[in-house]
Amino acid sequence: MVMEIVCPAGTPAALRAAVKAGAHTVYCGFADETNARNFPGLNFSREEMREGVAFAHGHGAKVLVAINTFPRAGGEALWHRAVADAEQAGADAVILADLGLLANTARQHPGLRCHLSVQAAAANADMINFYGRELGVKRVVLPRVLSVPEIAAINAETEVETEVFVFGGLCVMAEGRCAMSSWATGKSPNMNGVCSPASHVEYHDQGGVLDARLGGYTIHRVGAGESAPYPTLCKGVFRAGDAEGHLFEDAVSLNAEHLIPQLKKAGVTALKIEGRQRSRAYVAQVVRNFRAAVDALEAGQPMPEGMLARLSEGQATTTGAYKKTWR
Amino acid sequence: MTNASTLIPRIPRALSLALRPLPLAPLSFALTGYVRKSAARHPSLIRRLGEHDRTHFVLDPTDLPFVICLDPGAGSPRVRVTRRPGTGAARIAGPLAALIGLVHGAYDGDALFFSRDLMIEGDTAAALALRNAVDDAELDLADDIARMTGPFAAILHSALAFAERRTGVSLSRPEEAGAW
Repeated sequence: MVMEIVCPAGTPAALRAAVKAGAHTVYCGFADETNARNFPGLNFSREEMREGVAFAHGHGAKVLVAINTFPRAGGEALWHRAVADAEQAGADAVILADLGLLANTARQHPGLRCHLSVQAAAANADMINFYGRELGVKRVVLPRVLSVPEIAAINAETEVETEVFVFGGLCVMAEGRCAMSSWATGKSPNMNGVCSPASHVEYHDQGGVLDARLGGYTIHRVGAGESAPYPTLCKGVFRAGDAEGHLFEDAVSLNAEHLIPQLKKAGVTALKIEGRQRSRAYVAQVVRNFRAAVDALEAGQPMPEGMLARLSEGQATTTGAYKKTWR
Repeated sequence: MTNASTLIPRIPRALSLALRPLPLAPLSFALTGYVRKSAARHPSLIRRLGEHDRTHFVLDPTDLPFVICLDPGAGSPRVRVTRRPGTGAARIAGPLAALIGLVHGAYDGDALFFSRDLMIEGDTAAALALRNAVDDAELDLADDIARMTGPFAAILHSALAFAERRTGVSLSRPEEAGAW
């Protein structure tokens, strides 16, 4: 069976681009704090979601709606409404992270397929089986902390489908629990759907030297001609004693295209591409690349050469935790 | 040190200098008309700006001798072409080919930012909203301009396609024909 390519769409145009480029499945979210990419100018109104689902279904593709932030106390109704509206729009599944929201969805929308978001950080078979058994979760998006053998070990002990990230921005290895953006700006991906919100980001270019500030803190400085990273604290440069450098993460993107055969062998069902904040140009190019890769794998042909470095943060890529060379 | 920049075509300096005497008032008038028609045809353009629909933007084609000041006017947009630096809360700067390529979805904004071909200053949230709104609108400058020229549309289309091939600048929306 061909591995499923799960593609991001921040706008209806990106959804159409993904479907036309060969995406099996597209994930997207509503234009509010219920999804973890709540950025200015992005996301879908209810009407756009209905149209997007109809377009995808008309071309044989599926749509998953990400409602993957953690509901605020007293504000749960916004998240409940999002789940109901996703079902009404004809979504093939919702991607949820919060236990309470999962329980509510299982009770109120028994026919709606639920996937577990990476934000839930389910990283072992016991936890995944709990979500599957108690809350009816059909698929889990694995956090980016696992090596390929660890993924194989999980799949050997669960019937729940697994989906793994293969391309795009990397996140610190405590997904759903990161407080760095919140510390610097008061807003977080977990609660507000924004990591390093653009409203708190400033760039200053002086003679080609680019300073990026987040919440008033200068978090990195790159020289003329050097590539620029995202303005997130995890990619920031810190000074300790005489040493200066990236403390949490280097400014690189994940690219696991060459690991697709091993991931298939490890029992992975779906390959996820990060980047709902990216353009339709990115979506189309990355989707074409990965669709060609899984089709080649299925046909027993050699994997095509990737051409995605230019689209990567820092213009450099890594296989991340899938190959834990630092251990 | 790495050289991050991609191979974005630049307007030759000689041509840029030759454009200096261009009268800016008629250009502003024409661009205002075009942007108003586009906003009417793509209502989501202004809607996606949200709280930034009155923010003044400076679009700075760094290889041209002028900047484009855009006021979305909450749905009644106005464009003023002026000499540098121009005034606005958010500035998006890069070679003309990069800015037009963004409009047409030929380039990815983040990739241009990583490669330092695109620079954002001032209100980052507003700049991001504008970029995302334009990306969703699927604009096609060649098509739109040709449509406005009535009987000369076919000739203009051919001329723009020729210019696109010669310069490498994305003057129209790339085909999105699927690979499958």
